[in-house]
Amino acid sequence: MGPTAKRTWIHAWLFLSPAMILLIAFTHYPAAVTLFHSFFSTPRGKRSAKFVGLENYETLIADDTFWTVLVNNLWYALATIPLSIGIAIAMALWVDSKLKGRSFVRMAYFTPTVLPLIAVANIWMFFYTPGFGLIDQIRGAFGFAQQNWLGDPESALNAVIVVAIWKEAGFFMIFYLAALQTIPTSLREAAAIEGAGRWYFFRRVTFPLLMPTTLFVSVNAIINSFRLVDHIFIMTEGGPDNASSLLLFYIYETAFRFWDTAYASTLTVVLLLILFTVAIGQFLLLDKRVHYR
Amino acid sequence: MSAARAFRFDYDRALNTTAAWALALVWFAPLIYAVWTAFHPTEFSTRFVLTAPLTLENFVAAWNAAPFARYFLNTVLLVTSILIGQFVLCTLAAFAFARFEFRGRDTVFVLVLLQLLVMPDILIVENYRTMRFLGLVDTILAIGLPYMASGFGIFLLRQTFKTIPKELDDAARVEGAGFFTILMKVYVPLAKPTYLAYGLVSVSHHWNNFLWPLIITNSVETRPVTVGLSVFASTDQGIDWAVITAATLMTSGPLLIAFLLFQRQFVQSFMRAGIK
Repeated sequence: MGPTAKRTWIHAWLFLSPAMILLIAFTHYPAAVTLFHSFFSTPRGKRSAKFVGLENYETLIADDTFWTVLVNNLWYALATIPLSIGIAIAMALWVDSKLKGRSFVRMAYFTPTVLPLIAVANIWMFFYTPGFGLIDQIRGAFGFAQQNWLGDPESALNAVIVVAIWKEAGFFMIFYLAALQTIPTSLREAAAIEGAGRWYFFRRVTFPLLMPTTLFVSVNAIINSFRLVDHIFIMTEGGPDNASSLLLFYIYETAFRFWDTAYASTLTVVLLLILFTVAIGQFLLLDKRVHYR
Repeated sequence: MSAARAFRFDYDRALNTTAAWALALVWFAPLIYAVWTAFHPTEFSTRFVLTAPLTLENFVAAWNAAPFARYFLNTVLLVTSILIGQFVLCTLAAFAFARFEFRGRDTVFVLVLLQLLVMPDILIVENYRTMRFLGLVDTILAIGLPYMASGFGIFLLRQTFKTIPKELDDAARVEGAGFFTILMKVYVPLAKPTYLAYGLVSVSHHWNNFLWPLIITNSVETRPVTVGLSVFASTDQGIDWAVITAATLMTSGPLLIAFLLFQRQFVQSFMRAGIK
């Protein structure tokens, strides 16, 4: 390193180090040390943590709750991602068109984004209340029987999924809205002259042009499906019988209700592995499209 | 033929307008419902009669049932300290990435981007251990600290800084200005819209954050409103729905009002923050 390069290096690190120290302390270090702790036992009372090799992972494989929660989370992801993206595209197309009362419609779609998930969970909970909740009242008017949406293992997870879609679709709409505004109007005019129908135009022109946005939004949606668990705390507590529990919620329970930190670390390793898989997938898919200048 | 075409067009348009409005009403329903319940006596919680009397009793009851004033103060302190921390740390780091050529820059930048994927939100077990080690458990600083060096913020500001022509800081350097002066006098003022966008996104994100604050706080003096609300809604099972909805509206109130007033800026900020 020449003297100039060395001086630049020192300057750069003077600017970088405050952020990098915190970033490493609360992201990289904990991620690495999670893996380390997953090979140890949980310290209890006077017994300190000791190396147990793969014991925690053996427990994990034999743990029925873990598998239930993992399957729940995959189903949660598979349901929320395509539905929220589909709704987001529809919303963006509507808001982008010459719609009557467009600003109200846009506001209505976007409002859930700025509301705390924990707070709206209270409202949704009331919607789902058996008998006198809003959903049962509407169903009752058509002669359907009462249903305990959150108390029934068959419907609890789906009830939670609906809230997640409601919360996210408006947020994703924003990205599509931005993308739609970059599509030249000349394309639409040309298609109109050719006599292309609206649906045909959407399928062959708009949707392919939105593809980079869809990939970007999908990655966000996947991360969120493993991160957004706030409403579970209010609505179901993961119940009944873990029917609506998700991975991060289970990690929370294991670490801060049962105080089994070693096993919680092992569960976190699984979550990290899933996220790294997403990262690699994103890298392979987006490689050619997005490059950080 | 032209008449037929015009008719088809209108039909299509009417269908789209109806669908868009129906979806908007469904999306807005929880909020409308919350407003109805919160401003009417409990007996009208599920009876939608237009003549139902309006009341503020539910808000008074909620306000008196839990230390919400303190929770609000905590949240305001929290989002302000996070915002200041993020602005300072991310500005400095983004400047280094945008303007210095140094060995290992790209590797370090990948480490920063990694945080977009592995957020502190999911590393709750180890971060709790770190906070206990630092003796910071149950402080407002502990809630905010993991978020202050934000990968997203560094990325966003770096993108903005890179669009600023290098001639500007070369000119300043000729006049004898140091790097820090150039950053403060040239870069920061030109990046104002990015700061506004990032600030709005950050404040609404941390106002709403729940899981980490729930874990790291355990007293009235540190709990933000989201945690306070969950404690309030779960401990007092006997409390009626009208009061809980009033509390719910109260906690989201400031953000919601700000959003309704500055709707355009919010939407544009989220857009700007998302596209970069």
